[in-house]
Amino acid sequence: MKAYAAAVYLFLYVPIAVIAFFSFNAGKSATQMMGFSVQWYGKALSNPFVTEALRTSFTVALTSATLAAVFGTMAALALQGMKGRIRVIADAMIYVAVMVPGIVIGIATLIALVTLFGWINPLLLRIFPDGHAPQLAMGLVSLIAAHTLFSMALVIIILRARLSGMDRSLMEASADLYAPPLATFRQVTLPLIFPGILAGFLLSFTFSFDDFIIAFFVAGSETTLPIYVFSSIRRGVTPEINAIGTMVLATSLVLLISAQLVLRRGTRAPPA
Amino acid sequence: MSKRLTTILLLAPAGLWFGIMLVLPLCFVVVFSFGDRAAEGGYVPALTLTQYANLPARWAAFRNTLTLAPLGTILSLMIAYPLAYFLAMQASAKWRTLLLILVIVPFWTSILIRSYAWIFILGGQGVPALLNWLGLGNPRLINTPFAVLTGIVYGYLPLMVLPIYVSLERLDKRLLEASADLGAPPFRSFLQVTLPLSLPGIATGCMLVFILLMGEYLIPSILGGGKVFFIGNALVDLFLQSRNWAFGAAVSVTLVLVMLVTVSLYMWLMRRLGGARDDVSLI
Repeated sequence: MKAYAAAVYLFLYVPIAVIAFFSFNAGKSATQMMGFSVQWYGKALSNPFVTEALRTSFTVALTSATLAAVFGTMAALALQGMKGRIRVIADAMIYVAVMVPGIVIGIATLIALVTLFGWINPLLLRIFPDGHAPQLAMGLVSLIAAHTLFSMALVIIILRARLSGMDRSLMEASADLYAPPLATFRQVTLPLIFPGILAGFLLSFTFSFDDFIIAFFVAGSETTLPIYVFSSIRRGVTPEINAIGTMVLATSLVLLISAQLVLRRGTRAPPA
Repeated sequence: MSKRLTTILLLAPAGLWFGIMLVLPLCFVVVFSFGDRAAEGGYVPALTLTQYANLPARWAAFRNTLTLAPLGTILSLMIAYPLAYFLAMQASAKWRTLLLILVIVPFWTSILIRSYAWIFILGGQGVPALLNWLGLGNPRLINTPFAVLTGIVYGYLPLMVLPIYVSLERLDKRLLEASADLGAPPFRSFLQVTLPLSLPGIATGCMLVFILLMGEYLIPSILGGGKVFFIGNALVDLFLQSRNWAFGAAVSVTLVLVMLVTVSLYMWLMRRLGGARDDVSLI
């Protein structure tokens, strides 16, 4: 049984190791190891297409994860203990946001926004006839908005689990001691749910940073790192892609393990 | 500030976001699926079932998806079950958390780059070269259904392990003792106690993997080399190459309908199994 488990773990991690291994190739071939070197990391990081894509990915991930953490936390707090129609609708929307395949979300967002922009842009031209009319188009903003949607669902799910396991008597005690609601929030609720918010932020960042399929549809002329990597793979495998891939995987692994540690530390009972 | 107003203000941003970025777009897809293709590509409003009548034109993509997705789901189940069993029943408590984290983490890392890794392993210089060296022939692996299935199992295994683990972990161990006390050999106890009680986990895992596979695009396009294509590949082609938005919308709606049928089937099954309807944490 142990040997079987070890084999499955090898299956899960060997491919990651293979990419990392070949990224240190001194030679030009992607599959023939010709000695150790970090030159491809240097080449990747001095490639303007890569740095530009990296900057876009980072901006989108940071903005969408922040928005999701703030709005998601607000929504989770409002939904806490709520029953009735609003709760049912909210649950259904969260479920749909997570369950509908990314490709359908991407397509739906693309056709909805392109159509809406097609209606709004002529109006803007009429409002600003002097030739300085702002025109809406797919790009950074639509990408951030689409990623925020999924991430917000993620944050709400994480916080809901946390809030439901929380001792309500703490908040009631705080209210009994005449703390105004905002003070109760700051001094009792927030410290208790903060690990959940942080974990949600880290997971959202990772999701956005790694997402290909939604970005493929809604990014307009912007190129994120996964889009760059995908189009490069179509032209063939190179040690440069291995170096980028290793960096992306390493970033996700660090963020994910932090998220896990934060979540698990947070659930441990405080010392009596 | 009244409690009611606070609630409304707290919910407003998320509510607006879900409305504009989820509900509205999904409505657009449904409306577009009854429309027509504009001559230069794109969409013209119409109220016709032409697009749905045209679905058989993409039959190959549906056939590939509806054969490889269930096959991939079953393979994942067969590989995941023993691991989940090991984690829930045999792994020491000290290591269990770490081992679980190690299963979850790959699921959240870039599926694009993890699939790309298999180009190396299954490509000419990888496993085929090794097999050749061992004198077992030189089979072509990359760009075959086999490669796509490998990528699928590799990508979705974590999603299958977790729900099964949860159902096995919750299983009342006294039942197994009772079964043993009544003289059942271990394998019989497994078949008559453990397996039936872990069915809810199996059902959840299969449902999750299957519906995510329905929308898969990356794995077949990276490991299938254009020879093995899924509905996802057809959708990318329809929207980004042939620009037939109305038809693409009809394919999307059909895809979501197939998913809804799967989920309803799952719900029905879960009610019959009487399993706990707790959320399985994938985080």
